[in-house]
Amino acid sequence: MPHLVIDKLSASYDKTPVLRDVDLSVERGDIVCIIGPSGSGKSTLLRVLVGLLKPSAGSVSVAGQKINYDSAQALKEVRDRFAVVFQQYNLFQNMTALRNVTIAPTIVKKRARSEVDQEARALLTKVGLGDKFKSYPDELSGGQQQRVAIARALALKPEVLLLDEVTSALDPELVGEVLDTIRVLAEDGMTMILVSHEMGFVREIARKVVFMADGKIVEVGTPDQIFNAPKTERTKEFISRILSH
Amino acid sequence: MESDLAQFLHPGNLRLIGVSFLTTASLSFLGCTIGFLAGFGLALMRHPRIIPFAPARWLAIIYTETFRRIPFLVKLMVVFFAFQFAGLNVSMFTVAVTTVALSAAAFASENVRAGLESIHNNQWDAAETLNMGGFTALRRVILPQAWPVMIPPSMTYSVGLVKSTSIASQIGLFELTYAARIMSGKGISAALAYGSILILYFVLCYSLNRFAAWLEIRLATSRHRQTQRQL
Repeated sequence: MPHLVIDKLSASYDKTPVLRDVDLSVERGDIVCIIGPSGSGKSTLLRVLVGLLKPSAGSVSVAGQKINYDSAQALKEVRDRFAVVFQQYNLFQNMTALRNVTIAPTIVKKRARSEVDQEARALLTKVGLGDKFKSYPDELSGGQQQRVAIARALALKPEVLLLDEVTSALDPELVGEVLDTIRVLAEDGMTMILVSHEMGFVREIARKVVFMADGKIVEVGTPDQIFNAPKTERTKEFISRILSH
Repeated sequence: MESDLAQFLHPGNLRLIGVSFLTTASLSFLGCTIGFLAGFGLALMRHPRIIPFAPARWLAIIYTETFRRIPFLVKLMVVFFAFQFAGLNVSMFTVAVTTVALSAAAFASENVRAGLESIHNNQWDAAETLNMGGFTALRRVILPQAWPVMIPPSMTYSVGLVKSTSIASQIGLFELTYAARIMSGKGISAALAYGSILILYFVLCYSLNRFAAWLEIRLATSRHRQTQRQL
C-alpha cells in the first residue's frame, strides 16, 4: 500500500481554484519531483499537505488513514509526519542556526535539551555546517540558510520531507551545495516530495516525475518517460521549452 | 525677587511641588502600563493567526479606531461623566488614570499591530508547520523580532501622554500643571512656577526615553544587543 495517497484533492485561494482533482500516490522511500510552470499549483499542493491551506474537496491519507484537516489534533499529527522546507528558508531570524534546529524538538516535543543539542549538531554537520552553530541567519549565505532549514526539518524525524523550490532563491553557485545535501538524504532512503525547476537534478534524482499545469496533474511518469517521451502535448511543450534554454 | 524665591523654597511649597510631581508620575506610569497591556491584548485580538475569531477582531478595531480619534480633553470629560452616570464615586485620579489608559490602549494596539505585521508571514508558516501553537510562536519567534518595531513609537506616544496629563488639571486633579497655577496664584512669579514644572516634565519624559532605550537593548535578539552596545 502506498504511504501517502492524495485523492481528488482540490483547493482555492479565496474563490480562485488553485488545485483541481489532484491524484497522487507516494511509496515509502519514493522521491517524487513535481515540475510545471509558475502558478500551476505545485507549491500549493505542498501547502495543502501540511495544512497551511485547507483543501476544499478530496482527501489525503497517510498509512491508510485519512487526514481530517479540520481537526487540530489531526493537523498536529500530519505535521509530525511531514516536514516542509520553504523556498525562502523561513529560518527564525532571532535564533542561531543551532537554536533554529533545536527549538521544535525541545519546545514542541519537550525533549531534553542536551540530547536534542547533540542531534542538532550532528545534523548541521551532516549538511556541511559544522562550523556555523552559533551563526544567525543573516550571517549565513542563502545556501547555508537553506541547509539549516533542511536540518531543522529533519530534526523532527519526519516520514516525508517536502521541499518547495528550495534552490529557486539561491545564487547559481550556491545551488550545488543544497542539491548535494538532498542527494545525501536520497541515499539515506528519505521519502521526499520536491517541487523543483532544476531539471537536470530532477532527472537524476526522481523516481517519479509529476507534471502539473493549471492546478491539475497532467502527467506522471519516470524521469525518462517525462523528459524523453512525454505523452501529452502540454508536457511536450513545457519540456521542450525548458530544455531549449 | 528674593522674597519670590523664598516663597518658592518654602517647605510647604516644595511639598506641593513634590506631591503634584508624584501624582503626574504615577498617573503617567499607571495609565501607560495598564493601557499598554490592554493595547497588547487588543492587538492580539486583531491578529488572525493568534485569535482567529472575527467578532473579537471587529471589536478591537472599532475600539482602536474610535479612541485614537478623540481628543484627550473630550475623553477625560466622557470618562468623568460616565463614572458619574454609573453612580460610581471615584477620585479624580481614577478618572485621569482611566482616561490615560484608554488613550494608551488605542495607540499601543496600533503600535503592537504594526510590530506584529512587520514580521513576515513566512515566520508564522514555519512555526506552524513545526507544530508551534499560536502563542508559542508569538513568544518565541514573533515578539523577539517585533519589539524593535513596537517600542520606539510606543515610547514617543507615552511621552505625549505624560504631557497630556496636564489637561487633567481641568477636572481639578492636583498634578504638576495645577500646582504651577496655584503657585502663580500665590504670587510666585510665573517664570519660577512654570519654569520649575517645565524641568520636572522634562525629567519625567527624559527618564522615559532612557527607559525605552534600555528596553530596546534588553529585548533585542542577543546578536543585535551586542552590536547596539558597541555603538
